Amino acid sequence: MKKIVILGAGTAGTMMLNKLHNLLDKEEWELTIVDEYKTHYYQPGFLFIPFGIYKKQDVIKPKYDFFPPGTNAIFSKIDRVEGENNKVYLENGKVLNYDFLIIATGTQTRPEETPGLKDKLWYKDIFDFYTVEGAVALHKKFKDWEGGELVLCISEVPYKCPVAPLEFVFLAEAYFTKKGIRDKVNITYVTPMSGAFTKPVATKMLSELLEEKNIKIIPDFYLEKVDNENKKIISYDEREIPFDVLTIVPVNMGNDMVERSGLGDDMNFVRTDKFTLQSKDFENIFVLGDAANIPTSKAGSVAHFAGEILTENLLSAMEGRPMTAKFDGHANCYIETGYGKGALIDFNYDTEPLPGTFPLPGIGPFGLLKNTKINHYGKIMFRWIYWHMLLKGRELPIEANMTMAGKKKELI
Amino acid sequence: MKELNINGLKVQLDDEGYLTDSSQWNEDIAKAIAAEDGIELTDKHMEVLKYLRDVFNKGETLTIRKVGKSGIVNIKEFYKLFPKGPLKLASKFAGLQKPSSCV
Repeated sequence: MKKIVILGAGTAGTMMLNKLHNLLDKEEWELTIVDEYKTHYYQPGFLFIPFGIYKKQDVIKPKYDFFPPGTNAIFSKIDRVEGENNKVYLENGKVLNYDFLIIATGTQTRPEETPGLKDKLWYKDIFDFYTVEGAVALHKKFKDWEGGELVLCISEVPYKCPVAPLEFVFLAEAYFTKKGIRDKVNITYVTPMSGAFTKPVATKMLSELLEEKNIKIIPDFYLEKVDNENKKIISYDEREIPFDVLTIVPVNMGNDMVERSGLGDDMNFVRTDKFTLQSKDFENIFVLGDAANIPTSKAGSVAHFAGEILTENLLSAMEGRPMTAKFDGHANCYIETGYGKGALIDFNYDTEPLPGTFPLPGIGPFGLLKNTKINHYGKIMFRWIYWHMLLKGRELPIEANMTMAGKKKELI
Repeated sequence: MKELNINGLKVQLDDEGYLTDSSQWNEDIAKAIAAEDGIELTDKHMEVLKYLRDVFNKGETLTIRKVGKSGIVNIKEFYKLFPKGPLKLASKFAGLQKPSSCV
């Protein structure tokens, strides 16, 4: 019996488990998945919790619900991978052998990397919305907050779901307007990047939207520490920004297991070939989702598109054929902008987000880089698609690699 | 587009002052590009630039944090050497493309 082991049962790992379960000959291949935790989080939903749109129970389900029947699942922390000997050591003492390994251990927030962040104001005046605990604590804070300086600060790039902080300030703007205290709330968006987004066309559209909503942007701010006494964030070049409520995107790093295995870069993201999705160190190790250091967004859509390429390449490798599928870095992200509207961006390694229609050229129904109601419905429907189709590895009517059809090229 | 003439070698800079052909880079070119921004490069500057080129040529993404862990400078010193946007400025002097975070 040959063995495939998947490390991590989040969005990427669970998708791969279902895909491979449907494709593999069970007489020949044994499939095992390992994760530390038993709860699956619908992470795109965290963003809605601070504003009372979703509750905790809307975003959590048992991981088992998404495993195919008869899945060999092990719940244990992973100690390390020994690539030279095709072994995975688990903390519970078990050792797993593999013929092929898929690493999908994701990225985690590390507030402790920033001095003063996880200190006495943590979950009192400082919150993250990348954990269910942070999102719920922030909801409690917002319920009776009377206004002041609301600062959102991104600590470091890369971070998970690059558009989420923008969505956060857009939704906050709408939330406080609806509460009737928008005039008492100053919203500031602080980023280490040079603008609202990295690529010019999307940055222009999103900057205009920030301005229209009276949200101040402070670019090129690289957070060094938080001053809890004076409630200020301080950058390495000694600029200071005061806050009453600070919403932080903490430093993101890959799982410590990656470091212990010697497979990662200095942020513990696995060194990965951006086209084949193989580990750069071992041919029989593949990497999917946020765990990889490939230069595209850390987002579920990327894991979904890359998953199709990875499946093709893995099947080739299993049969000893050359790998022909190449990932193009395709990402597709809804951006909630408040008031029941949303924007949508679709891009890859080489093509920046452009305006147009999606997925059907000229028809849509979704508008790329446009702020529309239908885009918002796309995001809302997505939760159903996520639970019922995406995790189960079912086909979605969108190509894995990006298409230029429907995009306006003259803006490049 | 702009052209610099360095000891008889003509090099092209793009609209933002970045070297268009990274392979042409040498220390004199670095000094000339830095001079355009009014910065005189020291040995420490040069050590950072060479580190950035090494990392970049290995296909890795450059980040300020990575430079801070390089053992050459810490992040505060990096800011002092290349004020305001250290990674952008240092990449420019190192003859590399403008850093774009992977978003």
